[in-house]
Amino acid sequence: MGGRTLYDKIWDEHVVRAEPDGTTLLYIDRHLVHEVTSPQAFEGLRLAGRRPWRPQAILAVPDHNVPTTDRSRGIDDPVSRVQVETLDRNCREFGITEFAMDDPRQGIVHVIGPEQGFTLPGMTIVCGDSHTSTHGAFGALAFGIGTSEVEHVLATQCLLTRKSRNMRARFTGALPPGVYAKDLALALIGRIGTAGGTGCALEFAGEAVEGLSMEGRMTLCNMAIEAGARAGLVAVDETTIRYLEGRPLAPKGALWERAVEAWRGLVSDPDAVFDREVEIDVSALEPQVTWGTSPEMVVGVSGRVPDPADEPDPVRRGDMERALAYMGLEPGTPMAEIAVDRVFIGSCTNARIEDLRAAAAVVRGRRVARSVRQALVVPGSGLVKRQAEAEGLDRIFRAAGFEWREPGCSMCLAMNADRLGPGERCASTSNRNFEGRQGAGGRTHLVSPAMAAAAAVAGRFVDVRELLEAA
Amino acid sequence: MEPFERVTGLVAPLDRANVDTDQIIPKQYLKSIERTGFGRYLFDGWRYLDEGRPGQDCAGRPLNPDFVLNQPRYRGATILLARDNFGCGSSREHAVWALTDYGFRVVIAPSFADIFYGNALKNGLLPVRLPAEVVERLFRAVEATPGYTLTVDLPEQVVVTPEGERFPFEIDPFRKQCLLEGLDDIGITLRHADEIRAYEARRRREAPWLFPDA
Ligand code: SF4
Repeated sequence: MGGRTLYDKIWDEHVVRAEPDGTTLLYIDRHLVHEVTSPQAFEGLRLAGRRPWRPQAILAVPDHNVPTTDRSRGIDDPVSRVQVETLDRNCREFGITEFAMDDPRQGIVHVIGPEQGFTLPGMTIVCGDSHTSTHGAFGALAFGIGTSEVEHVLATQCLLTRKSRNMRARFTGALPPGVYAKDLALALIGRIGTAGGTGCALEFAGEAVEGLSMEGRMTLCNMAIEAGARAGLVAVDETTIRYLEGRPLAPKGALWERAVEAWRGLVSDPDAVFDREVEIDVSALEPQVTWGTSPEMVVGVSGRVPDPADEPDPVRRGDMERALAYMGLEPGTPMAEIAVDRVFIGSCTNARIEDLRAAAAVVRGRRVARSVRQALVVPGSGLVKRQAEAEGLDRIFRAAGFEWREPGCSMCLAMNADRLGPGERCASTSNRNFEGRQGAGGRTHLVSPAMAAAAAVAGRFVDVRELLEAA
Repeated sequence: MEPFERVTGLVAPLDRANVDTDQIIPKQYLKSIERTGFGRYLFDGWRYLDEGRPGQDCAGRPLNPDFVLNQPRYRGATILLARDNFGCGSSREHAVWALTDYGFRVVIAPSFADIFYGNALKNGLLPVRLPAEVVERLFRAVEATPGYTLTVDLPEQVVVTPEGERFPFEIDPFRKQCLLEGLDDIGITLRHADEIRAYEARRRREAPWLFPDA
């Protein structure tokens, strides 16, 4: 037998049963649940008179709808409130652990899983949320599922699915200072397109990935879904193991030793064959900024808004024209001349402690430009927030004119009160710049946390390396 | 799930690539805890000129006359024709519920985003992949011919034009069977409950850290 990829190995270990046509009953080790995609699944269980197969394998948290301002009065929006209360009630009824809105551990589902050690290498992890790919940073097979599948996993602890193909993105060279995992992700999507990974489990490899922290790897895997991939994966190494040691839900003592030994095998074999490979040299990569309404519409910060007239393909040209009209941009405009109205530092892509440190390093001793209407920092979890406060990052942000908020998804998708007004332009550390994503008519430019911080200070996009050098 | 066999219906052309789930059903409607009633908010941002709110009556909202589904000739369409990478973006199954609630039974496109594709099959919405050249021809035919219909035949796995031209499509045999019989996945899986338990017992021995509850 030829070598196996990391994905092959995890897949093989979780097959309960496989039909000759490839349909597979795959065992699921961990199930994360949030308030938006679960109510109809719990309702389905109840209607069928079923109970969760293994409630101990589930962790629930409200994150999409929660307010990021003072929570002592609960949620103002009655529709959001019902959804969050429905989650609380379902968890109580079915005996599921929930970090409720007032729990200090509450946060974005993809931030708290790894933070708690709920996410471990070699696991299969699902959540009714596409960015579940984030957890693949730990050498786990993690992917988003729909609500019918949430119900299926609740009822059976398994998923009926088929294997994806193997794809690998290799980032060669060392990442230059001021360039981050977010830039790697955006540059990759710019290269292969938002459907470039469709049907694939996408492993990230290469020197630049080995050099990333777990936070950076999570950012990368988080964006795998924006490249169309089903899951993102990074091989287990010392960085992975060091991150996990001592986490509340990580194994302890002899069990830890045994687990670590097994985890070390979670790498693709040297002779493993990938169905698709792409290689990107990152040594000259510059910070990336999106200009359009899809993450693949991206350029380096020194670049310009492209001209649809240069695009030969008529469908793509039409998409570009519509994107520019929506974004209110003229072809040929230098990215560094685009002014922003708001800045959002947050989301499961970039709201972990390292992201906040990178942003704070840019902000320190500077002020948010007067032309910027609002600059928000929304930590990914209550524990990230606490850690940042212990390091004094909140004071740096506040002193510069940022608002320091409670954890949640917030302006990543604007289901709570944090949103863009029509026509407002935002430098955002989130993962999607789709039309209306951050509020109807809002215009989103995706960037790294450092670039978002730089945009806040300059009032427009600017190469963060200029600020880092000046500091 | 209702069984699916064949559909002959009016085709509506949505001439855009990368139609994402945020466009299919904007997030403000995801606050619902129900599974039905999403059809009136389908493509909300494109379909209406105002900003929609959940629970709102859409009868009096200003329609965007330029949006394709608002053109009278496409009223009652059951087949949606689209471009590459349809349904990309979030995993929200609400996107599929909105399409079916509106009345669509089939979406034809050169390619679909993975999660959307799976969600569609689980809700009796048939996603049909046809080669880009065929989709291009269908777009031209639909736009040139008011009242253009297609027949989508699942048992035969073929799309048939009014002229009798036939375009075969692929579908996973297991999913096809589920659609044809309207089968519930959970029921199928629970037939293998003993195998799941046996798997768990083995894994508890091999990798006990996965079962801290043991
Ligand atoms: S932060 Fe954004 S992308 Fe992440 S789970 Fe929340 S809404 Fe989804």
